[in-house]
This record gives sequence, C-alpha cells and structure tokens, in this order.
Amino acid sequence: MKPLRSIEFGAGLFLILGLLCAIALVVVSGSGLASSGSDTYQVEARFGNIADLKLRSPVVIAGVRIGEVESIRLDPVQFDARVTLRLESSAGELPLDTSASIVTSGVLGNRYILLEPGGDVEVLQNGDELFLTQSAVVLEQLISRFMFGGTDEADDSSQPEEE
Amino acid sequence: MSERRMDAGTGLVGAITRLGASVLLLGNILLGCLPHRGMLRELLRQIYLVGARTLGIIFVGGMFVGLVLALQGVDTLSRFGASDATGILVSISLYRELGPVLTALLFAGRAGSSLAAELGLMRSTDQISSLSLMGIDPVRRLLVPRFLAGVIAVPLLTAVFVAAALLASHVQAVWYFGIDAGAYWGGIVDAVELQRDVVPGLLKAMLFGVAVTFLSLQAGYRSVPGAEGVATATTRAVAGASLTVLGLNFVFGLLWI
Repeated sequence: MKPLRSIEFGAGLFLILGLLCAIALVVVSGSGLASSGSDTYQVEARFGNIADLKLRSPVVIAGVRIGEVESIRLDPVQFDARVTLRLESSAGELPLDTSASIVTSGVLGNRYILLEPGGDVEVLQNGDELFLTQSAVVLEQLISRFMFGGTDEADDSSQPEEE
Repeated sequence: MSERRMDAGTGLVGAITRLGASVLLLGNILLGCLPHRGMLRELLRQIYLVGARTLGIIFVGGMFVGLVLALQGVDTLSRFGASDATGILVSISLYRELGPVLTALLFAGRAGSSLAAELGLMRSTDQISSLSLMGIDPVRRLLVPRFLAGVIAVPLLTAVFVAAALLASHVQAVWYFGIDAGAYWGGIVDAVELQRDVVPGLLKAMLFGVAVTFLSLQAGYRSVPGAEGVATATTRAVAGASLTVLGLNFVFGLLWI
C-alpha cells in the first residue's frame, strides 16, 4: 500500500480532473432557452399544416434565433394546429401584425418558424396570437400539384408543359 | 450466513431467495452510506483505487472511440454532402449513449473485476468472518466505501471519457479530414443541450456506477471460498455487470425518450 499522502493526492487529483471535464462538457453544450434564465414570453399561432415542425424547433427573425416552439396541439374544433412560441424579451418588442411562416432550412432540412415584423404600433404581449400565418410547404403536395396540374396555383410561370 | 444463502438452490425458490438476498444487501449498503466517523479517509482511498487508477484506460479508450466515431462519421456523412454535421453525430452519440455505456463497461473490466477478486480473496482467507467475529460490520467496513467510491467515480470517468473522445474526434475530423473547426464545434454547441443530453448522460452514468459496483461487490462478497470461487466471482462480476449495463441502458432509453 502506498503512503496515505500520495493516495489522497491521487484521489483529489482524480476528483478535480473529473469535475473539470464535467464542467467543460456542460460549457460545450449549448443550453436551451429554458436553462439560460433569460426573460421570455409566449405567443400563439395557428397553422393549417405544420408538417414536421417539432417541439423546441427554432423561431427566427432575419435568421437570428430568438425563441423556440414551446408546444404543439390540435384545435379540437377547427382542426388546425395551435403552436405556442416562446420568445426572448431581449429580442425587442415585436409589432402586433408580425407574421409567422413555417420554412425549411435546406431542401430536406429541419423546419423552423420565421417571423416577419410588420408595421403596427401596438406590440405583442404575453399570450397574444399571431394572425398572419403561412403553413408549411409540403414537398409531396408541391410535386403532385406540379405533375397533375393544380386548380389555382398551377397557372404561374412555373407551369409544366405536359398537362 | 451468506454462505447458506449461496446454497439456496436452483429453481424458482432459489432465484427468489437470491433476489431477496441481493435487495437486502443493497439496502444494507445504502443504509451504511449515511455519513459516519472515519468514513471519509477510507472513501478517498477507494476513490483513488477504483477511480484514479482507472483514468488511464478511460482516457485512452475515449480517444480511440472519438477517433473511430469521427472517421466513420465523416465517411458516411460525406456521401450525403453533410460532413459538416460530423460534430453533431459524434457529440450526441457520445453524450447520450457511448460515453456512459462504454465507461461503465471499461469500469466493470478494470475496477469491478478487482473489487470482486479482492473481496473474494478476503472471503477465502476468512478475513470477512474475522471482522464479523470482532463485532465489526463487514458491510459497513468493506462494502460501503467501495460502493460509494464507484458511484462517485463512474460519472466523473464518463466526463473524462467524453472529453477525451471529443478532443480526439477534433484531431480526426479537423486535422486529418480538414473539416472547418468552426463548423465542427459550432455544430456541437448547437446540437448538445444541457437538459436533453448532458444531464441524462451523467444520471445514466451514476445509475451504471450503482449497478456495476454493487454487482461486483456482491459477486466477491458472496463468493464460495477457494481459488475457484474467486475465479467464478470475477467472471460473474464482469459478465453480470456488463450485461446489466447494456440492459439498463435500453430501459433508460425507453423511459427517457
């Protein structure tokens, strides 16, 4: 058995090294909004189709992340998706007529919500609802509309020759 | 007393008896974990023996795992033109699965086996019975410090393992394959979240620490005296602990996700 002093030194060194590594791992992990402790508020938005939007999907303005999707549920009366967004207060006061659209990063990337501030003088408060929303574009619907000819949107410039 | 329990026999009654004895032993160990005088010094000694002496294998093992993860990650993801996402793949798999599981397996092989052999030899040479004869509770004197040391050491070793693997994956992905270091670490910071990845990973590591240390201690403590008994105890410790870790990991994954 080694002398006790060096054993205690070894044990102490191990504990310190382990804790330092654990702290480093925590620092490397980006903590979500929930744990960052910043001030947040919630707004609601209704969408006809949210595609594969998920909980904690980012909410961005001009490409800058300012919040995340807090909850998603189906409205039992109107059968549309009610999405609650949690936004950081530090992002500034958003006009009441801010519009929300579900967009995709890349061709097959993750869905996120893009907010575009309007010009209203009134600002969004906690619990308000965004009225101007645009649903997700579903690739299959787009393709089938493209192939089989749509009824309304197919008469734009991208109309296919065959059909 | 415990020798008699080992002879509980086969079949259903024996299995139930052994299960009950295990739960009883675990309960006794947990009860003994209440702080008492003179515990800290022995605990430090055991942390040194099971924790600090395992650091080397954990560090080297972690580096190899990080290297091979980055190697395979870059190779596979580059087929989809997504080799920038290697950092995400490597970090998430390390934090959530590979870190805790591989650390626990290495710990079982390195520390669990030595715990079982040590206690098995103590049993063989009647040291445990002598303690009982002197009125010293062998559970509190022998098992509790080792158990606590294991439970403390495994999460810390997991942190060391993941840190070593991340550093090694940087070498492989950034220096060798030339992936942009900013994209690599940016992806890691973006993808890994404290509540979803780091905390569950370390909790899991602590659970594995409880399982591996307890099973190893039990295998040694309940071993049949003799050379063969020590050999059986060591095998049972490593095999049982490894299988339990893999099984627990699956159950944990089911419950958490």
